[in-house]
Amino acid sequence: MMETMEPKTSSTKSVSSRSLPSASPKEQMNIVIVGHVDHGKSTLVGRLLADTHSLPEGKLQAVKKECERTGKPFEYAFLLDALSDEQDQGITIDTARSFFKTKKRDYIIIDAPGHIEFLKNMISGAARAEAAVLVIDAKEGVRENSRRHGYLLSMLGINQIIVCINKMDLVKGNQTLFQKIEKEYKKFLSEIGSSPPLYFIPVSALHGENLESKSSSMNWYHGPTLLEALDSFNKAPPKSDQKLRMPVQAVYKFTKQGDDRRIIAGRVESGKIKVGDKVVFYPSNKISAVKSIEAFNALKKTEISAGWSTGITLTEEIFITRGQIISHETNGPSVSTRFRANLIWLSKKPFLMEKEYKLKIHTTQEPVRILKIVKIIDASKTGSLKGKKQVNRHDVAELILETRTPIAFDTFQENEATGRFVIVDGYDIAGGGIIVSAEKDDQEDFRAEARLRDFNWIKGGVNQEARAQRLKHHAALVMFVGKAGVGKHKIARAVEKSLFESGISSYMLDGTNILLGVDADLVWIEATQRELVRRFAEVARILLDAGHVVVSTTNAIGLADFAQVQALLPNFPIMIISIDPGSQTNSASDLTLTGQEKESKVVEKISELLRKNQIIIS
Amino acid sequence: MELLDQLEQQSVYILRESFRHFERLCMLWSIGKDSTVLLWLARKAFFGHVPFPLVHIDTSYKIPEMIAYRDRLSMEYKLTMIVGQNVKALEFGKTFPATQALPEGDPNKISRVECCGLLKKDALANTLNGTWPRKKLNLKTGQYEIDPDKQPYHGVIVGARADEEGSRSKERYFSPRDKNSLWDIGDQPPEFWNQFKTDFAPGTHVRIHPLLDWTELHIWEYIKREKIPTVSLYYDQGNGTRYRSLGCAPCQSPIKSTAKNVDEIIAELKSGKLKNIAERSGRLQDGKHGLEELRREGYM
Ligand SMILES: Nc1nc2c(ncn2[C@@H]2O[C@H](COP(=O)(O)OP(=O)(O)OP(=O)(O)O)[C@@H](O)[C@H]2O)c(=O)[nH]1
Ligand SMILES: [Mg+2]
Repeated sequence: MMETMEPKTSSTKSVSSRSLPSASPKEQMNIVIVGHVDHGKSTLVGRLLADTHSLPEGKLQAVKKECERTGKPFEYAFLLDALSDEQDQGITIDTARSFFKTKKRDYIIIDAPGHIEFLKNMISGAARAEAAVLVIDAKEGVRENSRRHGYLLSMLGINQIIVCINKMDLVKGNQTLFQKIEKEYKKFLSEIGSSPPLYFIPVSALHGENLESKSSSMNWYHGPTLLEALDSFNKAPPKSDQKLRMPVQAVYKFTKQGDDRRIIAGRVESGKIKVGDKVVFYPSNKISAVKSIEAFNALKKTEISAGWSTGITLTEEIFITRGQIISHETNGPSVSTRFRANLIWLSKKPFLMEKEYKLKIHTTQEPVRILKIVKIIDASKTGSLKGKKQVNRHDVAELILETRTPIAFDTFQENEATGRFVIVDGYDIAGGGIIVSAEKDDQEDFRAEARLRDFNWIKGGVNQEARAQRLKHHAALVMFVGKAGVGKHKIARAVEKSLFESGISSYMLDGTNILLGVDADLVWIEATQRELVRRFAEVARILLDAGHVVVSTTNAIGLADFAQVQALLPNFPIMIISIDPGSQTNSASDLTLTGQEKESKVVEKISELLRKNQIIIS
Repeated sequence: MELLDQLEQQSVYILRESFRHFERLCMLWSIGKDSTVLLWLARKAFFGHVPFPLVHIDTSYKIPEMIAYRDRLSMEYKLTMIVGQNVKALEFGKTFPATQALPEGDPNKISRVECCGLLKKDALANTLNGTWPRKKLNLKTGQYEIDPDKQPYHGVIVGARADEEGSRSKERYFSPRDKNSLWDIGDQPPEFWNQFKTDFAPGTHVRIHPLLDWTELHIWEYIKREKIPTVSLYYDQGNGTRYRSLGCAPCQSPIKSTAKNVDEIIAELKSGKLKNIAERSGRLQDGKHGLEELRREGYM
């Protein structure tokens, strides 16, 4: 017999449910266990699981029996180090998650490896933790990864930290030694500017002292046990009271399934969003208002707050793509191509100055390169190195990074979710970091001009989306750039014509025409390049607002001015086509041509580009 | 925010990321409680729709009720249901049940683990990469037909949970598999915050695990809260036994339990006698590192 397929709407509760305990809404906390290799992290977790009766019945005995059979001495660590390689080598290779509970809350413990080779696994574990336990071997004292892990915790923004000085049984519970290590480690943390840990606890993981129950052999210690210390930690306060940040994850329209809603999906990372709210999409400056909040199998809401992966529909349809941050007109995120960051590099291949990488931050991704290496911090010692030209594996660096086009972000301080990023090299995540500050780039003024203009733009009765639906395409600027005499004009004209013939409302904007008219006054005064570009972009802005695909060519404005054009036109897609007879592929352009291609071939390539960028509505 | 909401919201986020980054995406659907919760979460993520196919690996040894439930749900939710199978192994009787009667040491005898390797692991790999034929449910006729689509899937959503067993506790949300579906546990990519491994080399694929943070108890609490339909094999039908985990009939034994509904299962998990017994204990193929080996080679 099966239950019905659809959710039951009536309250057909089963008879027996009355007498059963109801699901208590308990909280859950992720904690990570870090520290130098062999200092006893897995043992501590294994022992904690055993002492809190969190292991499946028979598991402990089974592992002990297996050890007897193979002649290996029993280790609590085997309860965690489940992989055959880990047990053979006696080390943790990858983080393992296990679960235990106290009266106060449920915990997920992430047992991280201490070996430097597996630092990327340690980071993966630590990056999802809300609190940390750092284990230091009393006999060995503070070692390289005790320091490196301590540094990384602070970089990851984890400041609820317990330091367990472990293996106290090996040093006969020596209080002086404990205090010496405590002092040394506190000194290290203050030197790197981290806040001191909340607790130092002397423990013996092997004998279960000061983990779940108080130690009988170390009477001099009067502080909490590890469990008591963990239970004293707090969950981060809800982010609903902060400024609104909802990065657009996707725009859904399931028309084929008979659903006409156009839903902007994403997670509210902070703040709240209400039906009727006027919202701004950064960095495009597009504005609309929230019509509804959508959900499946849930009551309709008129307000939704931080933490929810939700979807909204808009009163005025606007062309939006993934990677924009939804916020309000005031209190929006930073927009720039440059920011200062602290980063940890994990890839075997170094992070190079000259190379372009992929930046992934909230839901956006963008080509990025290093503008400046401020300093490399040797996380295992104190002190830093300057003048380095690349970032090597396991280096921690302070950098200024530059993206190809402007992105919306926050500093990590202001907003975690929109202030941290990873760098992808090829197919792999190679490093990650947090944004310390937004840095000014050269287009700051123009961006401010564009924001003021866009926020106050008087809209006509026909909106952009309606025009796009009629024309079957969105507006876009296709800029042909290249040296004088390479035949840009001829190609641009041909492209304009054949796009028009294929039903696209294309218009060629030749820079000369703007010089002749709009710029006529500038001929008599010192015309600055930036003013020429500004006027060109403002003219293009009008044509784009009218819905055209603007094909532009001019010798006066080149690739070097692209950043400025972009700052002035944040809400329209811009495609750069380089014409270069030497066919040097230019990383800043979307397409490079030699100028010798057949006309039909050029048009085909450009149409393909328009389709790829969703300009043409299919 | 309540814990179940937190888990749900993170899973939804992961599902949406996978739909965004993998053009060739599918969801493995085993009919069990985890798959069923996963399917429900997909409908949450995509506002009632399931915009990718479900893939079911049919070993032919599933309990008939499971297959009936699969087809009924597919028709009702209008799902794209794809079924893959190791037709050869079944045809030549290269399975554990078919060779069970052979004497110990017979070279033709197939062990439980080998059987899983053939009927599940190999069938899965070859169905995903498109080398073996796939069957697709025709929603008009209710019949399965050969699927003309032979393209490989690059993103595969799986309902594995970290609390199930050792090697699953080491998984990432987005976990790459190489050309031969192999999982390199020792060298997994880093996974930062909510930035996942979404770039992959040609020929490889990525397994996506939206349920990694859920425990068995969370699954049942969620089934209760959302009133999600599940197959009746999970409940005691009056003979004092029920299935806790659903696999193939010959290799799973029901547990002793009188839990007759979701509430009673939750109570049993929380305070009852099951609290201290591993969930897959009824699965007879797991063995020492047997499951780890299977999983390294592409098992789910
Ligand atoms: N005497 C004594 N030995 C301990 C204690 N804690 C751990 N050990 C031993 O130290 C060794 C290393 O312990 P593990 O728990 O594997 O260390 P780990 O920090 O997890 O190591 P990695 O994960 O590889 O970095 C094992 O042989 C443990 O038995 C303790 O409190 N006292
Ligand atoms: Mg360990």
